[in-house]
Amino acid sequence: MAPPPANPQAYLQSLSRWRPLEIAFWLATLLPFWLFPNYLGLANQIAVAALFALSLDLILGYAGIVSLGHAAFFGVGAYTAGLFSKFVWGEVFTGLIAAALMAALFGYVSSFIVARFRHLTLIMITLGLGLLLHSAANSAHFITGGSDGFQGISMWKVAGLFRFDLYGQTAYAYSLGVLFIVFLCARRLINSPFGLSLRGIRENWVRMPAIGADSRAHIRKVYTISAAMAGIAGALIAQTTQTVSLDALSFERSADVVVMLVLGGAGRLYGGIVGASIFLIARDQFSGIAPQYWYFWIGVLLVMVVMLLPNGILGGLSALLAKWRRK
Amino acid sequence: MNRHFIAGAALLAAATLPGTASAQNTVKIGVISAYSGQFADTAAQIDNGIKLYMKQHGDTVAGKKIEIIRKDTGGPNSDVAKRLAQELVVRDGVDILAGFTLTPEALGAAQVSEEAKKFMVNMNAATAIVVTKSPYMVRTSVTLPQISETAGTWLATKGGAKKVYTMVSDFGPGIDAETGFQRAFKAAGGEVVGSVRMPVANPDFSAFVQRAKDQNPEAVFVFVPGGAQPAAIGKAFADRGMDPTKIKIISTGEAVDETAVKAMGDVALGRLSAWHYDYNQKSKMNDEFVKAFNAEFKRNPDFFAVGGYDGMHVIYESLKKTSGKADGESLVAAAKAMKWESPRGPVSIDAETRDIVQNVYIRKVEKAGSAIVNVEFDKVENVKDPTHGRK
Amino acid sequence: MLPPIFGVLFDGVAYGMLLFVLSVGLSVTLGLMNFVNLAHCAFAMLGGYVTVVLMRDFNWPFFATLPAAFFASAVVSIIVERTLYRRLYRATDLDQVLLTIGLAFISVAVAAWFFTTQQQPITMPGYLRGSIDFFGLNIGLYRLFLVVVGIAVTILLIVTVEHTRFGAQVRAAVDNQRMARGLGINVDRTFAITFALGSGLAGLGGALAIEIVGLDPQFALHYLVYVLIIVSVGGLGSILGSFAAACLIGISDIAGKYYVPELGAFLIYLVMVAVLMWRPAGLFGKR
Repeated sequence: MAPPPANPQAYLQSLSRWRPLEIAFWLATLLPFWLFPNYLGLANQIAVAALFALSLDLILGYAGIVSLGHAAFFGVGAYTAGLFSKFVWGEVFTGLIAAALMAALFGYVSSFIVARFRHLTLIMITLGLGLLLHSAANSAHFITGGSDGFQGISMWKVAGLFRFDLYGQTAYAYSLGVLFIVFLCARRLINSPFGLSLRGIRENWVRMPAIGADSRAHIRKVYTISAAMAGIAGALIAQTTQTVSLDALSFERSADVVVMLVLGGAGRLYGGIVGASIFLIARDQFSGIAPQYWYFWIGVLLVMVVMLLPNGILGGLSALLAKWRRK
Repeated sequence: MNRHFIAGAALLAAATLPGTASAQNTVKIGVISAYSGQFADTAAQIDNGIKLYMKQHGDTVAGKKIEIIRKDTGGPNSDVAKRLAQELVVRDGVDILAGFTLTPEALGAAQVSEEAKKFMVNMNAATAIVVTKSPYMVRTSVTLPQISETAGTWLATKGGAKKVYTMVSDFGPGIDAETGFQRAFKAAGGEVVGSVRMPVANPDFSAFVQRAKDQNPEAVFVFVPGGAQPAAIGKAFADRGMDPTKIKIISTGEAVDETAVKAMGDVALGRLSAWHYDYNQKSKMNDEFVKAFNAEFKRNPDFFAVGGYDGMHVIYESLKKTSGKADGESLVAAAKAMKWESPRGPVSIDAETRDIVQNVYIRKVEKAGSAIVNVEFDKVENVKDPTHGRK
Repeated sequence: MLPPIFGVLFDGVAYGMLLFVLSVGLSVTLGLMNFVNLAHCAFAMLGGYVTVVLMRDFNWPFFATLPAAFFASAVVSIIVERTLYRRLYRATDLDQVLLTIGLAFISVAVAAWFFTTQQQPITMPGYLRGSIDFFGLNIGLYRLFLVVVGIAVTILLIVTVEHTRFGAQVRAAVDNQRMARGLGINVDRTFAITFALGSGLAGLGGALAIEIVGLDPQFALHYLVYVLIIVSVGGLGSILGSFAAACLIGISDIAGKYYVPELGAFLIYLVMVAVLMWRPAGLFGKR
C-alpha cells in the first residue's frame, strides 16, 4: 500500500475517491429486480438490515462503542413512522424525516449517558437502556399496541405514483434508494476530519482530547447521527411492511445487528451491508431447508468465518488480499 | 401507470417462477410459524397436528395433491411474517396461508391474505381481533375472551366465589384475559379485590403471589403464557402457602398444561381451569387421536396440536366442498358455518365472524392412578367469542 | 410472626443464589483472560440436560446428578477451549463474540434436535418439595437448598482463591497477566483450569435451575442477559462481587415486584444501570 500523502487534504480526498469495485457493487444491488423478482421482499429486508448495520458501524466500527441496545432507535423510528402515518398522514418521506428526528432525539439524550463509559460497562448500559425502552413500549399498550403489534398503518403511494405492492418492487426500490442516500452521507462523514477523529477515539480515547478532539463531544455527535440512521431503518420497515411489532425494540434485534456487522467486518463502510446480506440470505436458505434447525447452520457459518477470516468477511478478505499482494 | 407496473411484475414473476405449470393439480399451503426461538415448541406441536392429519387422511384431497411449505418467523415478528406471506404468495404460489403461532404473525400475514385474496387458517393466534383483519381468515384454535369470560361467569356462579384476585402477564393476551375475566366476573355479581400484571419474562413469582395472598381473596385467576412460567407460578403458590384445595385458583389451560402439572406434582392438585382441550379428555375420538399422536411423535398432543389438526380438517373439508377450487372466496365460503367433531368435542366455524365456536370445559387437577391430570367436571356448550360486535 | 415480606426476600436471595452459581464462572474467565464467552449459558444448559437424562432415563437420584452435571460441562468446556477458544485469546473482542454466539446458536439447535423443543420437567425428591414454617413464614425447601448451595459454593471458591497456591496464581493472573507470566506462572494452564471450573459451575447452575425456571433449548440464549447483568454489576473477576450482585439483583427484583408491581419489568435493568453509573467497574470491580 502506498504511504498516505503528507498533505491531509489530499489524504482525505484519496480516501473518498470512488473505486470501480464500489460502483460495481451498487450497480449489482439493482440486479434483484431482474434476476430475483420473487425475492424482492427479502431484498427489502436486507436493505433495511444493511442500513441498520451501517448505522451501528458508525459507532461500533468507527468510534468503538459496542452497543447491545441499538434496536432502541430502530424501534423508535418504526413506531414514530407508524404513528405518523396513522395520525398525520401516509406520505412516506415526511414520515421518514419524523422518524429520523425522533430517533435522533432519543439518541442525543442517551448519548450523555453513553459517552461517559467504555468497555463492558458501556455494553451493559446500552443493553439496559434498550431493555427499559422495550418494557416501556410493552407497558404503553395504548400507544404501541403492546405485544399484539401496532395497528392501523396505511401508506400513500411513494411520490404519489408507486403503491407498495405484493411483489415488493416498490418496497425494495424505496429502501434501496434511501439506503444509498444515507450511505453517501455516512461515507462523507467517515472520510472527513470528524471521521478521522472518531477512529482516533476508537484507538485511544484518552489521548484524543490532548490533540484537540473532545472525545465525549464527538461521541455524542456520532451517537446521535447513528441513532437517526437506525431510526430511518426502523421507519423503512414500518412503512414497507405496514406493521410494527414489539420485536423491533427487542434484545434479539440488537444482538442480530451486531452479529451481522461483525460478520461482515466492523469499521468498514461495506461491512454492515455485506454482513446483513450474507446473514439474512443464509438464514432464509437454511430455514427453508429446516425451519427448526437453521440456528445450527448459522452457528457453523459464524464459527467458520471467525476461524478462517478474522475481523469479519471483509476484514479477512482484505488481509488475504494484502498477503497475496506481498508475495 | 401503476397497474402496468404491477402487471409487468406479475408477468415477470410468472416467467421466472418454477413449477407454476403443475399448480393445476396441487394445492400449496404455506405454513408460517415461529419454528425457532422462544415459541418453537408451540410451532412444533401445531406442525405435529398438521402432519398427523395428513398422515391419517392422505395428501390428496378432491383430486389435488397437498403440498406444505414451512416458513420460520423466529418469534412475534409481524414484519417477517408479512414478508414470508408475500414470498409464499408471489414466489411459491401458495393457495392457502396457515399456521400462526402468535398474534403479530397473524396480523402481518392477514394484510397479504386480504390483498391477495388467499384463504388463511389461523391455527393458534388467540387475540380476539385477529380474525377481523382479513375476510378470508378462519380460526381453528381459541380466543382468549371465549375462555376468560366463561371462566369469570362460571367462577362467580357455579364456582361460588365472590372475591377474586387476578394475576396476568403484562402483554396483549394477558390484558385480554384480565379484561374478559373481570368483566364477566363482575357482571355475574363478583367483586375483584385486586389485580396485578406481571412482567412477560418473569422467572420468579413469589412476590406477586404474596401480594395476592395479602388481599385474602376467595379465589385467584391466573393467566401466564406456556413454557416455563406455569410451573414456576404453581410452585410459588405452594411455597407461599396458598393451597389450591383451600383457595380456588382458576386459570386458562396454559397454566396447568401437561409439563406444568408434571413439574408441579402434588402441589397442582385442586387447581381449576377453563379450557377447550386436554389430552385427558374422555371421548372415543380423542382416545384414538392421542394414541395416534403418541405413536407418531412420542408425546401427548396439546391444544396447539389440536389447532393444527382441526385447521387441516377445515382446509380438507373446504377443498372437498369446492371440488378442489382453491381461491380465497370459494374456500372461505365453504368454511363458513362448517361443523365437525374434533378431538376436543363438537366445534364449528361461525358463519358471520369466521371464528371458532366450541365447548369450554371446566377442569380440576386430580390424581388418576399415579398420574396427575386435568379432569373435566363441568362444561359450557357452544361458546362464541363474546367480543365480536361489541364496541 | 414475621411480616410476609421476609419470606419474599428469602425467595429473592434464593433466586439470586441461582444466578450467582450460573454466572460466577463467566465473571472469573472474563476477568482473567478478557475472553468474552457468550456460550457460557450453553454449558449451563448442558448441565441441565445431563441431569434430566440421568434422572429420567437412568433413574439417578437428583443429588447424584449434580456432580455429573458439573463434570460433563467442565469436560466439554475443556474440549472446546483446547480446539476453538485457545486460538482466539489474542483476537479482537468482536471475533470472540462472533465465535461464542455462533457456538451458542449451535447448542440451541443441537439441544432441539436431541431433546425436542419441549420443556423438560423433573420431579424433585420429596425432601426438597413443599415448605417449612419459620416463625409464620413459608420457606420453600428447594429455595433453602439453593441458598445453602450458593453459600457453600461461595465459601469454597473464596477459600480456593485466597488460600491455595492455585488461587494465588489465578489472582496474580487477573491482576497483571504479563507480570504473572514473567514470574513463571503458566497462565494458559491456569486459565484452562479456571475455565473448566467456571463452566462446571455453570453446568451445576443449569441443573439447579430446572426446578425454578425450567429447561428448553432457548436456555442458552435466554439467560445470557441475566448472567451478563450479574457479571457487570458485580465487577469482573470478583467472586464476592458476583455474590453481592446476585443478592442485590435477586432482592431488589423481588422486593420491587412486591411493593411496586407496575415497575416489575423495569427493575433489574434500572438497578443495573443505576449501579453501573455509580460504579462503572461494578460493585467490586477493579477496572
